[in-house]
Amino acid sequence: MNEVKASMAGSVWKIVVAEGNEVNEGEDVAILESMKMEIPIPAETTGTVKEWKVSEGDFVNEGDVIAIIE
Amino acid sequence: MFEKILIANRGEIAARVIRTCKRLNIKTVAVYSEADQEAPYVEMADESYLIGKPRVNESYLNIEKILKVAKESKAEAIHPGYGLLSENPEFAKRAKEEGLVFIGPDADVIAKMGDKIAARNEMKAAGVPIIPGTETAVESAEDAKQIAESFGYPVMLKAAAGGGGIGMQAVHNDAELEKAFEGNSKRAKAFFGNGSMFIEKCILHPRHIEIQVLADNHGSAVYLFERECSIQRRHQKVVEEAPSPVLSEETRKQMGESALKAVEALGYSNAGTIEFLVDDEENYYFLEMNTRLQVEHPVTEEITGVDLVEQQLLVASGEKLSLKQEDLFIQGHAIEVRIYAEDPNTFYPSPGKLTKLELPEGEGIRHEVAVRSDSNVTPFYDPMIAKLIAYGETREEAIDKLTKAIHHYEIEGIKSNLTMLKRIVTHEQFKQGNTKTSFIEKYYLPTVTNH
Repeated sequence: MNEVKASMAGSVWKIVVAEGNEVNEGEDVAILESMKMEIPIPAETTGTVKEWKVSEGDFVNEGDVIAIIE
Repeated sequence: MFEKILIANRGEIAARVIRTCKRLNIKTVAVYSEADQEAPYVEMADESYLIGKPRVNESYLNIEKILKVAKESKAEAIHPGYGLLSENPEFAKRAKEEGLVFIGPDADVIAKMGDKIAARNEMKAAGVPIIPGTETAVESAEDAKQIAESFGYPVMLKAAAGGGGIGMQAVHNDAELEKAFEGNSKRAKAFFGNGSMFIEKCILHPRHIEIQVLADNHGSAVYLFERECSIQRRHQKVVEEAPSPVLSEETRKQMGESALKAVEALGYSNAGTIEFLVDDEENYYFLEMNTRLQVEHPVTEEITGVDLVEQQLLVASGEKLSLKQEDLFIQGHAIEVRIYAEDPNTFYPSPGKLTKLELPEGEGIRHEVAVRSDSNVTPFYDPMIAKLIAYGETREEAIDKLTKAIHHYEIEGIKSNLTMLKRIVTHEQFKQGNTKTSFIEKYYLPTVTNH
């Protein structure tokens, strides 16, 4: 199991990979947006997206777990 | 002169414009979003109106809403600040249609300068140096070599249909060019369905130097010398100074005169800035024109003694420029640093609540601030929360004052780039004036571990 964490504070702009879908290490799973900057969040491991802890539009703090990959 | 104006902006620049208006006894109208209810500028203005939700397209970019507030509050003119709607020709046009004065150039001039190709053509026609490049697609590698020779290596190969750096490559000699031409043309054909290639001269390790101009509606214009803004991260400026630490008096004059040629050709009025890339031999090339007040305008004010916002207001109200070129001269040296709410290593934004803000005071120290010591820095807007400007008789003195001030500047509760600024202004290369656009990459990033 691998936790995907927010690398900066901001809002979840886009969730790129839906729950239950597979993702490869390094592929973007979500895009955060803050202060006119968009930051893609890549998966650190290959696996299946088990759960999204956030929805699009939610505000997250740096270090918050946003998804679980198995 | 106007009796009342609306400021279609937020943050430090709204506060900056209000300050000059107060001095000139002009009433001010501020507009703000739900996220900015507690912002200092909202309280500073004579009247303030909530215009919408935090996101810019629901507030600060809502042209009709802002115009409605302007009319209802009986403002005569609109100051657009920088960013947001400041370079939106539609906004300038709509303001005029509603009988309001837009404090800036005409809508068609804004539109022209906002279009990269149109701007380049206008400048070329006006006799302003542009980066040498081909006007039409280059047919073959053989032709490419001849063109490269006339520009001088290195040159940049660019796919006409390219984007995101695909099909773009710098080449340093005939052999490299031959190989890259075929390869990139094929790749561009595969990616974009169009293999046409263009060639542009590469400006190596340039400096970013810009000329401030002021023009009235009666055909008079002056230039207020240069600002050097080479130190940038994420293509945004971090440190700006005036004058440039290196520019010769002769090039300064040439660049100023080029800028005035552009102003004349465009029929430009109000304040504007022409940005150039400058190489080691002081060849300069037009980059773009900003048809508004710049973030870094304070350094020009410090060395010339001219209040640029006051001049904008005078010109927009129809008065003639009272400044004459022969009366303008550079006195001393000023440096500005931008304080960003961001991680100093990754440059990622860091919104949050401030718990402490202490601004250093002292002779030659100027602040432009968007926040208070308990402000919430929201994720909706640009991360710049303040600017610190230091003025000295010499560059050394300005650096000395700036260094002391940054070390006494305190921000708590959110991350800021203060540590980055400390490292920049105390760096030997900065002190020596080696301020190229590659500065951050060459001298700052190697000092951080987790970029």
